[in-house]
Amino acid sequence: MPLLTPPAPTGTSFTTARPEGPPPMPPATIPEERVVLEEVIPGGSALSFELKRGHALRLTALERGANVSFVCYNRHDFLDRYNMPDTLKGQHTSKLTTGFILMSDMGRAMLSITGDTLGWHDALGGHDTAEIVRKKWGEKNYQTARNEFHRNSRDHFLIELAKWGLGRRDLVPNVNFFSKVSADDEGRLHFQPDHAKAGDFVDLRAEMDLLVILTTCHHPQDTAPAYGPKPVKLQIWRADPPAADDYCRTYRPENERAFYNAEVSQRLGSW
Amino acid sequence: MSTLIYTESTLQPDAAIYRHVIPAGDYWIHRIEAGQTLRIVDLEGNQAADTLFYRADDFTERYSAQDTIREQGSIYLTTGTKLMSNEGRPMLTITADTCGRHDTLGGACSCESNTMRYGHKTRHMHACRQSFLLALATWPDSNFDLSKRDLPPNINFFMNVPVTPDGGLKFEDGVSAGGKYVEMRAEMDVVALISNCPQLNNPCNGWNPTPVEVLIWST
Repeated sequence: MPLLTPPAPTGTSFTTARPEGPPPMPPATIPEERVVLEEVIPGGSALSFELKRGHALRLTALERGANVSFVCYNRHDFLDRYNMPDTLKGQHTSKLTTGFILMSDMGRAMLSITGDTLGWHDALGGHDTAEIVRKKWGEKNYQTARNEFHRNSRDHFLIELAKWGLGRRDLVPNVNFFSKVSADDEGRLHFQPDHAKAGDFVDLRAEMDLLVILTTCHHPQDTAPAYGPKPVKLQIWRADPPAADDYCRTYRPENERAFYNAEVSQRLGSW
Repeated sequence: MSTLIYTESTLQPDAAIYRHVIPAGDYWIHRIEAGQTLRIVDLEGNQAADTLFYRADDFTERYSAQDTIREQGSIYLTTGTKLMSNEGRPMLTITADTCGRHDTLGGACSCESNTMRYGHKTRHMHACRQSFLLALATWPDSNFDLSKRDLPPNINFFMNVPVTPDGGLKFEDGVSAGGKYVEMRAEMDVVALISNCPQLNNPCNGWNPTPVEVLIWST
């Protein structure tokens, strides 16, 4: 195996402009022979699962106004976890789309956004809680509504974390795929209703072995008049490993270094 | 840029029950009782004070940037902002602010993120996370052993990191200046942790990390 050598200095986002032109478009359908698992997650539900390096996750909104609240952790070290500030300031962005990568707090590439039909996913808005849902849409419990009871991301995150031996200390700021919240000049956040249409999808390629936890609950700033989170299709598929000129790897100079840090972690840990 | 609103405090430094100057690159960790007021002073201008709060009797409850932003519907911290915990409870309320705007998206610098941002030659430069971890490792009054698990994204007092309407992030000149301060009243017993940021690779400290002062007044 070649000696691990940090990338030669290639500048920073302070000195290097982004690549021009439109990003590469992913295939509309994933070739069947690559798909490992395919599931529909009903609105208001959650899933936690391993996503290993070399696999990719496609999330598809099945109805307009879908939202996926999302966090991820290094499968082999849960303290190495998705970090919102490092991801945003490292890439000089406050939104996520093709080219950007989700980074851990140890400077490692976790997931590359290799395809996106939307152009904007939310990294700032947080996730909804029982209180937020109750204030907007009232109380609906299992006794009266059975499986249509009102659910929220906070409860789901805590439940899924607990399945892996994790807890409140481990719930980090999340991404909201399929949602758009923009800041005005005063810094006030404005939610874009129905940002995602049915069929919109985002592709996330794992650059390290991960634990993924996601919910299909409402975005906390969703202005929908009634409770009604939307279903999402999840596909796990075998992706091609990133080449040296991979779009996400080279999108920002910082990304190349984050890929290297993930590589070091993988080689030293022999996983 | 948007209008910044400045609010002066009526509290007099002579009446403070506690005062301490935190040198650049150093940390400060201190208990603050409910009802007490904490002031952080940017003594020489444009110094980032990376700040976290924990519930004093239970460190699983801690400052949450996303709960704070979500609760007020905006990303900048200033007078009136409730600094929220991960349990959705206000920990402190900002009661005075002569700087006008503070950040909670930029997080703390670390040796690890520095390698990503600036290259591996920066790996062994001092960074906020080093200070945060040492403070947590040596704090004698937590209900369990603290670690990196207990470092959520923090506040950066006096730092200006504007978000643009098209989803960008800018690293502007600071809006702070020598003598500017931010003041907050504790709504619960908390432990405050400040890393006086040593970052030299970007202008968050005006390229020159300088001391900040903390003062505490009783109720």
